[in-house]
Amino acid sequence: MTSSPAGANSRPSQRPLNTTVAPPEGDGVETSPKVADTVKRTTCYMCACRCGIEVHLDNGKIRYIGGNRKHPVNRGVLCGKGSAGIMQHYSPARLRKPLLRTGERGSGEFREIEWDEALKIATDRLANIRATDPKKLAFFTGRDQSQSLTGWWASRFGTPNFAAHGGFCSVNMAVAGLYTIGGSFWEFGEPDWDHARYFLLFGVAEDHDSNPIKIGIGKLKERGAKVVSVNPCRTGYNAVADEWVGIRPGTDGLFVLALVHELLKAGKIDLDYLIRFTNAAHLVINDPGAADDGLILRDAAGEPLVWDRASKSAKPANTRGVAPELAGSFEVGGRTVRPSFQLIAERYLDDAYSPDAVAERCGVPADQIRRIAAELAHAAFDQAIELPIAWTDMNGVRHETMTGRPVAMHAMRGISAHSNGFHTCRAIHLLQVLLGTVDVPGGFRSKAPFPKPVPPGPKPAGKDGGKPDSPLSDMPLGYVHAPEDLLVDENGGPIRIDKAYSWEAPLSAHGLMHTVIRNAWAGDPYKIDTLFMFMANMAWNSSMNTAETMKMLTDKEADGTYKIPFIIYSDAYFSETVPYADLILPDTTYLERHDCISLLDRPISSADAPGDAIRYPVVEPDRDVRAFQTVLLDLGARLGLPGMVADDGSPKYRDYADYIVNHERRPGVGPLAGWRGEIGDEHGKGAANPDQLDRYIENGGFWKYELPEEARYYKMANRAYLDFAHRMGFIDKAEPITFHLYSEVLQRFRLAARGHGDVRPPESERARIDRYFDPLPIWYTPLLEADVDTGALPLHALTQRPMHMYHSWGSQNAWLRQITNENRLFVHHATAAKHGIADDDWVWIESEHGRVKGQVRLVDGVNPDTVWTWNAIGKRHGTWGLSKDAPEATRGFLLNHTISDLLPAKGAQRRYSNSDPVTGQAAWFDLRVRLVKCAPAEAGMTEPQFPDLPAPPDMPKSPKVLSYGRLFRKLRAAAS
Amino acid sequence: MTSLPSSTDRKLGLVIDLDTCVGCQACVTSCKEWNTGGHMAPLTDIEPYGAEPDGVWFNRVHTYEQATDTGSRTVHFPRSCLHCETPACVTVCPTGASYKRSSDGIVLVDEDKCIGCKLCSWACPYGAREYDTEVRVMKKCTLCVDRIYNENLPEEDRVPACVAACPVGARHFGDLGDPASPVSRLVEEREGVDLMPELGYRPVNKYLPPRARPSGSDESAPAQLEPVTAEGGFFGWVDRMLSG
Repeated sequence: MTSSPAGANSRPSQRPLNTTVAPPEGDGVETSPKVADTVKRTTCYMCACRCGIEVHLDNGKIRYIGGNRKHPVNRGVLCGKGSAGIMQHYSPARLRKPLLRTGERGSGEFREIEWDEALKIATDRLANIRATDPKKLAFFTGRDQSQSLTGWWASRFGTPNFAAHGGFCSVNMAVAGLYTIGGSFWEFGEPDWDHARYFLLFGVAEDHDSNPIKIGIGKLKERGAKVVSVNPCRTGYNAVADEWVGIRPGTDGLFVLALVHELLKAGKIDLDYLIRFTNAAHLVINDPGAADDGLILRDAAGEPLVWDRASKSAKPANTRGVAPELAGSFEVGGRTVRPSFQLIAERYLDDAYSPDAVAERCGVPADQIRRIAAELAHAAFDQAIELPIAWTDMNGVRHETMTGRPVAMHAMRGISAHSNGFHTCRAIHLLQVLLGTVDVPGGFRSKAPFPKPVPPGPKPAGKDGGKPDSPLSDMPLGYVHAPEDLLVDENGGPIRIDKAYSWEAPLSAHGLMHTVIRNAWAGDPYKIDTLFMFMANMAWNSSMNTAETMKMLTDKEADGTYKIPFIIYSDAYFSETVPYADLILPDTTYLERHDCISLLDRPISSADAPGDAIRYPVVEPDRDVRAFQTVLLDLGARLGLPGMVADDGSPKYRDYADYIVNHERRPGVGPLAGWRGEIGDEHGKGAANPDQLDRYIENGGFWKYELPEEARYYKMANRAYLDFAHRMGFIDKAEPITFHLYSEVLQRFRLAARGHGDVRPPESERARIDRYFDPLPIWYTPLLEADVDTGALPLHALTQRPMHMYHSWGSQNAWLRQITNENRLFVHHATAAKHGIADDDWVWIESEHGRVKGQVRLVDGVNPDTVWTWNAIGKRHGTWGLSKDAPEATRGFLLNHTISDLLPAKGAQRRYSNSDPVTGQAAWFDLRVRLVKCAPAEAGMTEPQFPDLPAPPDMPKSPKVLSYGRLFRKLRAAAS
Repeated sequence: MTSLPSSTDRKLGLVIDLDTCVGCQACVTSCKEWNTGGHMAPLTDIEPYGAEPDGVWFNRVHTYEQATDTGSRTVHFPRSCLHCETPACVTVCPTGASYKRSSDGIVLVDEDKCIGCKLCSWACPYGAREYDTEVRVMKKCTLCVDRIYNENLPEEDRVPACVAACPVGARHFGDLGDPASPVSRLVEEREGVDLMPELGYRPVNKYLPPRARPSGSDESAPAQLEPVTAEGGFFGWVDRMLSG
């Protein structure tokens, strides 16, 4: 069950030869050359996976980067990205020195300045904002792995306008999971790779947890477990699945609810599990028109009530020995109440959810849906497993074994990036919970610090919009439980620049980075002064409307000043966004910096072992660059932000490393959980340990704590686990965590829309809130699809990331771009034939918003109503150290040119963000297009094209020939 | 022309599992980074940031669709030197640069003897040879001869870089001349195949074909579920279950 210290690839057929003594071949080959003089173990950053790496250094140069066998994430393996880290580190596109804009914004004209000048410019600007109206600073970070620092910094500055990139990444996955099972897919939980018999994978190509998923799929297939992938594209994992369900994009929720229909109808659900671990038995008030209609009936202490079968009366759910009813309708104190399971069963037993009713819409035959439901039931119930592990539940009842239902699920971007993604993800959790597979052997397992209580805390701070020279009361991002928690003004208007936590996106726990530039440009809801961004290529492939974004970033007022007055940007590389900023703060590469991969943020825990990790500098920068987090703390000290200065006004932290060791978020709780306490013998909570980083480095860059066997499953109700989680500070109280199949939080918003409560949506928003805040999972046509003429735009269009690349970083890498340096539009043979399109044709891909030109590759392995391409290959001429005729700029294209951040105009109605109406998740997978064959003269070059961007001053010319590694051969020759 | 050893003491090679290869390119770049500083260093890249970037790679993964009885499947196919028992690339070599080791069967190029005539790359039907236009010698997979015996590496790391890196565990390494070796047993069990055996070069590397994928379900699962038949339908069933 626990990972072998020998690593993932330790099968007998993957081990060294039984004797590794070199044979006497006599051919002069040096079989034992020196490899390195130093090996340093740190954490990869070639994507979001956070694998452990061993960096072999010879004479200060990187000889080789391999996987760390002992590391819990990758267990010695390393993906195509991680193994190309050398080229990322030595990239010619690295920024070299702070830059100040000299030409027009967007021209790319800069002069180099010293750090002192750069920091003074930033400090003067920010100090003035903070003293007058702190919300005029919008601080948004991209692929940031230090959000517990950046969020804290924003809160100390006093601006509510902070978020990272989660709003256009995965907030649907986070929120749907946290509000349902207290944890989520993505990298915050994992399938039980060692026990699952059946694995259902939704919408995952190569997203997050990439090496663990690969290791896991290898294990499943070796054991003969069945892998079923639900994905419009048959790439990567989907190509090796035992069964590929080439579903129509955006219909996964309907497919899942049809599975739920089949399972309910056949009684293939785990009633015992539902009673013990969920709110299925909780009594829901049925009193249409009343202010508490649809809420859960509670006793005076707030404990939910259930209907006890024995006494035929309502009892608190936590009553010892209660035998709750799951179906029926009862009268309690004059109120009509029904167990929430009654509502679930009534809804999904309806023929509207039958396989026959959804098959055409999903593009999946009804017989296939019925069969998959039967297979799920077979695996969960006929192949149930018992692990001989005794454990004690929260009622103090000891169980001699752990029962497992070996069906595991995982889902990500293909669910997340649709405007119905929140409810679809809830539907998947409903399916898992009905089968009784969450946090049981063989199922989906949370990783610490999850599961958390449902709904999670804390609530978002910044309701007052921030006050001059004052910090916020808490962190700007959090979780709302009711309309009262929204960040709206007395008229119901948004407080935040991105309109997060407003009626437009009430549960937007990750903010809406994709709306910031438009809103700041439009002054909606207000003008800002400074946009401060880190590591987000918003002027190119991270935006939902590339050309418009560039226009907004450069647009001016009548008086000639920029509509977004000042832009500060920090990145390590010369990306397309650099020329659109006024002040550039050059960051280091991932091998030159400290980082902490923290339990306060997104740790490296596995289901068996909570853990966290660090990065530390394994090579020194050869440029005048500084780690962004250190710069942020420096700015904080210069601004005198509370918590960042000592009593005498001097900087509290020397740099980020000092903060990692000495910062305490709560007494005894800091960024790292390992080796705390003055002598380093405490874990979780404890005093700061000055030697903490050394201890991490000695241990290979990470810390993990192996949970005892009894604490590894049933974490939502497991005494040993919950006591541990409380001691560690993961949860405030050691109390059982109840899964919310029926969401009272959603119902509270619906009630507000129906006129109840003190905080109600403006008239214009009521119908929308009422519709989308259904307390049970619903499916609806993705918003854009419902608004456009699907006859004129007959195809879905998707992008996905190649397994060997991570955003625009990866496609610039000298090795990785040799594998992929242009992207085709993949079109099904039959669809192409219908449109008169042949392989290699150039086509215009046209949406309601714009068009882009690309070249076609015909395939079978795609849903016929769908076209797709690789993400973030297309680059702007002149950027990233690439030559002006690089294929990335001449033939690589971005679908972003066809994606709008707004839904189409409908008469006089305000245009809504093209986002999930519950969470604000950017719905870039909802795109609809048509293909128009190019005229012969148009073929050969992608469009739109934009002017060349000049390289920043002093950036070296990229080499014409790369002979990386020659040095090591010379060193070996010299030594021998 | 270069002669081959009449036999080799061992037949070291790779076994690659096409059932689980997801095409992630880990074997490709881990090979590149090891070998660009390794025995045949460097693995030169021409125009690495230009219009036609093109470098020396010992291992490449091709992705294509293949027709099957029920439609098609997407195949990820890693391709590198197969260390053939009777490799044409050796026998065609005019200088003895290309040779097969008699100890372990690894096919190598002696750069000092290579005149860059490229006959070997014409002779190899597997496209496994890579000419370095900058250094003007032929380069190829060394089976990480500088890792598998390397006393400067911890013993557990003495496997080819691609085998260590592969995240799905689709790559295996060992002595295919020893029928009792773990790789030989794996090949037997999974009915591993030679690539283009009809050409007669007797590749040492083997490929494991995709496992049979049932178009339907787990054999024992029913094709569909039957509705509960308790009195009172589904809710009657719930009641009966809770009464039990």
